[in-house]
Amino acid sequence: MSAGLPVKSAPDQARSRTFGPLYSRNAKAVISRGLLATRSTNWLVMLSGFFEPVLFLISMGVGLGAIVGSVQGPGGGEISYAAYIAPALLAVSAMNGAVYDSTWNVFFKMNFAKLYQGMLYTSLGPLDVALGEIFLALLRGLLYAIGFTAVMGVMGLITTPWALLMVPASVLIAFGFASIGMGITSFLKTFQQMDWVNFVMLPMFLFSATFYPLNVYPQAIQWLIQAMPLWHGVELLRQISVGTFTAATPIHIGYYLVMTAAGMLLTTVRLRQLFLK
Amino acid sequence: MEVPFHLPAGSISLRRVHNKATMSSGSATGAVQPADEPPTEAHPTVITAENLTKTYDDVAAVDGISFSVPAGESFGLLGPNGAGKSTTMKMIGGVTRRTSGALHIMGLDPDSHGPEVRAHLGVVPQQDNLDEELRVRDNLLVYGRYFGLPMSYLKPKADELLEFAQLTDKAKSKVDALSGGMKRRLTIARSLINEPRILLLDEPTTGLDPQARHILWDRLFRLKEQGVTLILTTHYMDEAEQLCDRLIVVDKGRIMAEGSPAQLIREHSTREVVELRFGSERNTTIAAELQGIGERLEVLPDRVLIYAHDGESALEQVASRGLRPLTSLVRRSSLEDVFLRLTGRSLVD
Repeated sequence: MSAGLPVKSAPDQARSRTFGPLYSRNAKAVISRGLLATRSTNWLVMLSGFFEPVLFLISMGVGLGAIVGSVQGPGGGEISYAAYIAPALLAVSAMNGAVYDSTWNVFFKMNFAKLYQGMLYTSLGPLDVALGEIFLALLRGLLYAIGFTAVMGVMGLITTPWALLMVPASVLIAFGFASIGMGITSFLKTFQQMDWVNFVMLPMFLFSATFYPLNVYPQAIQWLIQAMPLWHGVELLRQISVGTFTAATPIHIGYYLVMTAAGMLLTTVRLRQLFLK
Repeated sequence: MEVPFHLPAGSISLRRVHNKATMSSGSATGAVQPADEPPTEAHPTVITAENLTKTYDDVAAVDGISFSVPAGESFGLLGPNGAGKSTTMKMIGGVTRRTSGALHIMGLDPDSHGPEVRAHLGVVPQQDNLDEELRVRDNLLVYGRYFGLPMSYLKPKADELLEFAQLTDKAKSKVDALSGGMKRRLTIARSLINEPRILLLDEPTTGLDPQARHILWDRLFRLKEQGVTLILTTHYMDEAEQLCDRLIVVDKGRIMAEGSPAQLIREHSTREVVELRFGSERNTTIAAELQGIGERLEVLPDRVLIYAHDGESALEQVASRGLRPLTSLVRRSSLEDVFLRLTGRSLVD
C-alpha cells in the first residue's frame, strides 16, 4: 500500500469515447506489435510482395513489350508498353497486398493464432485492433509503392514529376481494399470461403485494363469492369504516371474514398457483432 | 530455500492505491481471506453477479447465477465441460455480452466499460494464445503495451515476471520452442503484466503433466498470498481443493451449491468413502447385497462407492457379509463426491 505505479491505470486514462467499449485509442500498440513481429519473422514474406510486380514488369513489360512496341497512353501520347502496364501493376500490387493483409492474414490471426482473442482481453477494443491492422497494411503498401516507383525510375519509365504522386495514390487504393477486405473477412468462417476472395481477385487483375485498353471489350463488359474497384485504380495511376488528368480523375479518387468509408463502416458494425456478442 | 520471487510482494500492492474509489486499502500483507467471512470494509467486494444469464439461440449457457467475490479471495467455478464456466468468465472480461442480469467488476459494468474493466483483469484463457510471432520476453512487453503501459515500467516488470514464471533463461526463445507447462507459465506471467487485481484462470492446468501442474499451483498460491483475487474454473477436484477458498458448483448453467471445499464436503458427503470394484458385470448386481452399510451407496459403471463416517469399519462390514471385491480403497470424501451427489454424474466423463 505504498507508492503508486509510475503509470496511470487505464480507467484513469479513460476519456469519453465515441465508440464506447469498441475503441480505447490505443491502435498504436497493435501497430508496434505488427512492426516487431515483422522484424523478427515476416520480413522475407514482405520482400516477396515487393518482387512480384517487379517480376511482372520485367517479363511482360520488357519481354512482351519488345513485340508490342509502343502503345497509346492516356492523353494520346505514345509510350512504351512497359510504361503502359507499370502503373497498372502498381495498382494490382496495392490491391493484392491490402487484400492479403486484411483477409488471409486477419483470418488466420482471428481463427487460428487466436491473436485477437488475446488482444481483446486487454484494454484494447476491436476497433483498436482493426485500425492497427489496417494501418500496418497501408504501411506495407506504402513501402511497396515507393520501391516499385523507384524501380520504374531506374528503368526509365518515369517521365514527369507527377509520377511521384503514384505513391500516395496507391496508399489510397490499398486503404479502400483493406477496409472492405476486413469487413468481408469477418463474414468468412472456413478456408473454402476464403478461396472466393481469390476467385474475385484473379479476373479483376487480368481484365481491369491492366495489360491492354478497355475498348477491346464489348460495351456491356466495359461497364461491368468500370464498376469494379481495380479498374479505377489502374486508370488513376496510369493518368498520374504521365501527368494527364481528365474529368474522370476525381471520379476514380471519389470511388476509393467511398469504398474506404463504406469498408470502415462495415468493419465497425461487424466487429461489434463479432466481438461484443 | 531462497525463492526467486520478488514480483507482487511490493508491486501488486502498489496498484491498490490507484483505485481508492472502488477499493479501500486492504491488508498490506495480502493475508488470505478466511473462507466463509462475508465481505467487510477491509475486503470489499470486487465482483458481484446477480441473476447472470447468457442465452445462445434459446439455449441458456448460463442460467441465472448469482455470486459475489471479496477482494483477495480465491474463488472457483467447478463443473463439467459445458456447465457455463467459460461463458461466465467471458462475461466477466466483457468479451461476451450477457443476455440479462447484473454484473459489476470493481464497480464497473463490463458491457459498457470493457476496456476499463479489463485494465484490472489478468486473463489466462483455456487455450494458450501466446503471440507465436514474438519471442518470450517480447510477448510480455507487447501485451503490456495493449494496456497502454509505458516501456520504462514494462521492461523491469517483464524481467520480474520471467523470474516469477521461471523462464528467465528462455527470455529470447521463440514461443513454439517452449513446453506446455512453460507456455502456461508464460501465459500467467503475461496476465500479470498490468498488475491485475483479479486474475481469471480458465482451466489453468488442463493438459499439463502432474509436475507442471504442481509448479503452476505453487505460482498461483504465491499470487493468492499476495492478495490477488483469483477466479478459476476447473473440472479437477484436487485443483479446486488446493486453490479455492470458496467455490460454486455449476451444472447446466445453474449453481448447485456454494461454499468452501471443506464445507461442501461436510454438507453434501460423508467424511470417508469406500471404493469397491467387483468387476464391471457384478458392480450393479452386488449393490443389493451392500444395502445398509454406511450412510449411502452410489453405483457407478466401474465401481461402487459407500459413503460412511468410518470407512474402515464399513469395509469390515463388507467383508463380514462374505463379499470379496477385486480392489478396495478407503479415502476421504472429495469434491468429486459432492458433485456426484449434487448432479448424479461424475465430473470428468
